[in-house]
Amino acid sequence: MSIFPFIVVAWVLAVGLYGIITSRHLVHQIVCLIVVQSSTYILLLGVGYRTGAVAPYFYDIPPNTPAVDPVVQALALTDVVVEAAVTALLLAFAVQAHKRFGTLDPEELRQLQG
Amino acid sequence: MTPSQRRWVFLVAGGGFLAFYLWGLVGLPGFGHYPGPYGDIINAIAVSQTHATAVVSAVNFEYRAFDTLGEEFILFTAATGVATVLRHLREERDTSAMDEAMNRDVPATSDAIRMVTLAFIGPTIVVGWYLTSHAQTSPSGGFQGGIVLATAFVLVYLAGQFIVFKRLSPVALTDAIEAIGAGSFAAVGIAALALGAAYLSNILPLGSTPGAVNSAGTIPLISFFVGIEVSAAFILIIGELLEQTLIVREGNR
Repeated sequence: MSIFPFIVVAWVLAVGLYGIITSRHLVHQIVCLIVVQSSTYILLLGVGYRTGAVAPYFYDIPPNTPAVDPVVQALALTDVVVEAAVTALLLAFAVQAHKRFGTLDPEELRQLQG
Repeated sequence: MTPSQRRWVFLVAGGGFLAFYLWGLVGLPGFGHYPGPYGDIINAIAVSQTHATAVVSAVNFEYRAFDTLGEEFILFTAATGVATVLRHLREERDTSAMDEAMNRDVPATSDAIRMVTLAFIGPTIVVGWYLTSHAQTSPSGGFQGGIVLATAFVLVYLAGQFIVFKRLSPVALTDAIEAIGAGSFAAVGIAALALGAAYLSNILPLGSTPGAVNSAGTIPLISFFVGIEVSAAFILIIGELLEQTLIVREGNR
């Protein structure tokens, strides 16, 4: 099953997207977006993985030891930071939406605007 | 569109996505068979080239330092955005009462919570500072360390009062620290330009021993600036969000 981790990626992505389209609460929707983004961590780390290789830290191991790809790990770090920033901003919007319209249900918010 | 219609559109689109995804996977190398070459090249040269034993940090703060600068400014912009979205509006003060919890008292922080959080504040600062200053040697760096340092301030909030949290991290000061952190990262690159090197190239001495804390040139320096930027940004964001809930509490007392 050498593609199993990539199937997990698709599953996490699909579950998150399903949550977003069926959600009746903005904060729940934001959490679903986090789930969607989590799939990219699995994808990035899965792409760079090599069976039997060590983490790319050569503090106490010889420099020529086979190691996994450090570039995708750095990208995963970027991913986490951006996710935290986006989540904070979206939560701030949710707070304002609740203040202004008194509801966090996307359907009701749509009716208010329509 | 009704929810059930939306679900059907999602199922159709999801089926199409799955088909293309599986089709694409057939041509890819399987899990555990990383084909290279970029990761292998960087793993082979990074330690001798940068004297950093943490190759992920070397990628973040040296090879991809320009991208990391952009990433840091995403965080900077997000903190600014949160502060802007949650700013106090004039009509808000009048309607801040929120009488929903009027018949309930705000419970005081229990002594157990206060003891545990107070005991954790010191170690949290030490760990955060350790992570920020050891980007070049071990799995750590300014982003991780900055978050842990910001956690220390959240512990202050948990242990005591929002007022203490605010007194320890006044918005003007936190704003300034955040700007200094972000600006200094950019300035490290400009210093390289002034010396005739490329933007953000490693202009400082690398040190003799790879893996020593004082090795790897600009990597620990950039990590330090990133650390203070990230901690200040998260203290600001958390402070803004907490302020929204605590307007209510003050009204109740």
